[in-house]
Amino acid sequence: MSANTEAAVPATSAMQASPVRQGRMVRLWADVKRNKVSYLFLAPFLLLFTFFTIIPIFMSVGLSFTYYNILEAPKFIGLSNYKLLFVDDDIFLKAIGITLKFAFITGPLGYAMAFLLAWLISQIPVKYRFFYTLCFYTPSITSAVAMSVVWLYLFAGDRKGLLNYYAMKLGLIDEPYLFLQNVDSIVPVIIIVSLWMSMGVGFLAFLAGLQNVPKDLYEAGAIDGIRYRWQELIYITVPAVKPQLLFGAVLQVVSSLTVFDVSIQLVGLPSPLYAGHTILTHLYDYAFIKFEMGYASAIAVVLFAMMIGLNRVIFKLLGRD
Amino acid sequence: MEGIVKGRRIDWSSIVLYVFLTGFGLVMLLPLVYMATTAMKPISELFLFPPRFFVRNPTWMNFRDLLLITGTSFVPFSRYIFNSIVISGSIVIGGVLISAMAAYPLAKHQMPFRQFIFNMIVLALMFSPIVLQIPQYLLISRSGLMNTYFALVLPYLAAPVGMFLMTQFLRQIPDALLEASRIDGASEWQVFWRVIMPMLKPAIATFALFSFIQAWNDPYPSQVYTTQEDMKALPLAIQTISGGAGVIARVGTLAAASFLMIVPTIVVFIITQRMVLQTMAHSGLKE
Repeated sequence: MSANTEAAVPATSAMQASPVRQGRMVRLWADVKRNKVSYLFLAPFLLLFTFFTIIPIFMSVGLSFTYYNILEAPKFIGLSNYKLLFVDDDIFLKAIGITLKFAFITGPLGYAMAFLLAWLISQIPVKYRFFYTLCFYTPSITSAVAMSVVWLYLFAGDRKGLLNYYAMKLGLIDEPYLFLQNVDSIVPVIIIVSLWMSMGVGFLAFLAGLQNVPKDLYEAGAIDGIRYRWQELIYITVPAVKPQLLFGAVLQVVSSLTVFDVSIQLVGLPSPLYAGHTILTHLYDYAFIKFEMGYASAIAVVLFAMMIGLNRVIFKLLGRD
Repeated sequence: MEGIVKGRRIDWSSIVLYVFLTGFGLVMLLPLVYMATTAMKPISELFLFPPRFFVRNPTWMNFRDLLLITGTSFVPFSRYIFNSIVISGSIVIGGVLISAMAAYPLAKHQMPFRQFIFNMIVLALMFSPIVLQIPQYLLISRSGLMNTYFALVLPYLAAPVGMFLMTQFLRQIPDALLEASRIDGASEWQVFWRVIMPMLKPAIATFALFSFIQAWNDPYPSQVYTTQEDMKALPLAIQTISGGAGVIARVGTLAAASFLMIVPTIVVFIITQRMVLQTMAHSGLKE
């Protein structure tokens, strides 16, 4: 702060000395130069960010209008990729359906679960909270790859699979159910596993936000006639943690649209009859197995647009004060 | 907020709450317990019918097999562990430093484009870097970085989440502290090291946890950016042991490898959790 105020003195005197109006660009440039230390601090991040995030965004958009197989130079083909994607590629349309079905179930459900659990945990004394936090948070920091050893055994299709064994013992089913091969059960299995892993960063944000709601708000609420715990929740707690809710929602949208690991680990690529095929698996298939980079870029652009679009909607819904 | 237990009378709602949380919590832990017990099962118990959840005669055989014998065909398994440690370590240390350096001016300096840069970071939170994998792959392969640690580290250093958390955290630190050290004649660089970095500790721990988990668990960098077996990292190696989806081979060794993979993330979380919650309180997004 003081560095800027000190520096601001010569700048204003320079402005007075100069002819009546300097161009805005010149002033801006002077301003930038005066803050060069700040930009030096920012430089490493901005360089890497530009190189690995901003340039790739434009490259993706550019490549999506080309045919590019890495060996030959990209060839401009206009909107053909998009046309193929939305008109002729049945598997892609199916993948969009599966991804959306998945996102609209795990997204809201995982989000609500994370908030409710965080709220319940915030009701108990501080000394016991850590144990519960650990129980709910740990699954989200395990890797899908490592956990496949458990899921593959739990959902195994023969009578030695854990779930099948107990279901048959209890007489629920007569013969083993092929959880990971049956088209009807693939998506539900992926949803269950993803929900298990969904108490991530958002959950921690809720937990922290809920712990820091000022106590006097509740006292004021009690005076204003709030009687029940759920009234407290709706009129005081939720508005107080709104910024965290928004942050959690943004992360939830991203994670529920990028279901990928779990699907590949459990049902493979391609999954039986493409029943577990998501937009991201389709992207991976075309990019790194078939090496059709132009087409895969078009898929990436569609996914990118969906993420930004959905997040804009979330901002509209939650961002208002 | 007041606790649920009021006075000495039995409070039914708090009992229900504890029962529910404990029950649900234990259910969430079950798959992990199963993994741990499987890792310690001797061969005689692995393929038992009827299947057994807990291990009866625990053994360390699987871990010994994993470290001494397997090593997928020609690269010892320890090499994958080494690679994973080098890669995750560099991403965590480099990422923390770069994000902290960038967060400082964004939170504490007035300068042109500040709001613009911050908005750009928030926008970057809204999509997953996975959508940029193709151009990133092309950039890496064109610059000749394939099969180097650089390829596995550089693309992950500038993480918007870390930068965002640190900026939000720094904003609530009073400016007076910085003023004081500037009056004492400290340069911006000294202010950064002596004042900002120590105060940022909780945010650093938090971001270190997140980036460590991300880097440690992600199989795709080594799948995409490497072709040589000795450059691959743990998650991919585990995939190779398992032979892909649906194949149940070497269950014991696989469970041991998976167990080894999950333990570090849990340990890091237990160590950092207090600071994490402190940081996340400032993670709010406002429009």
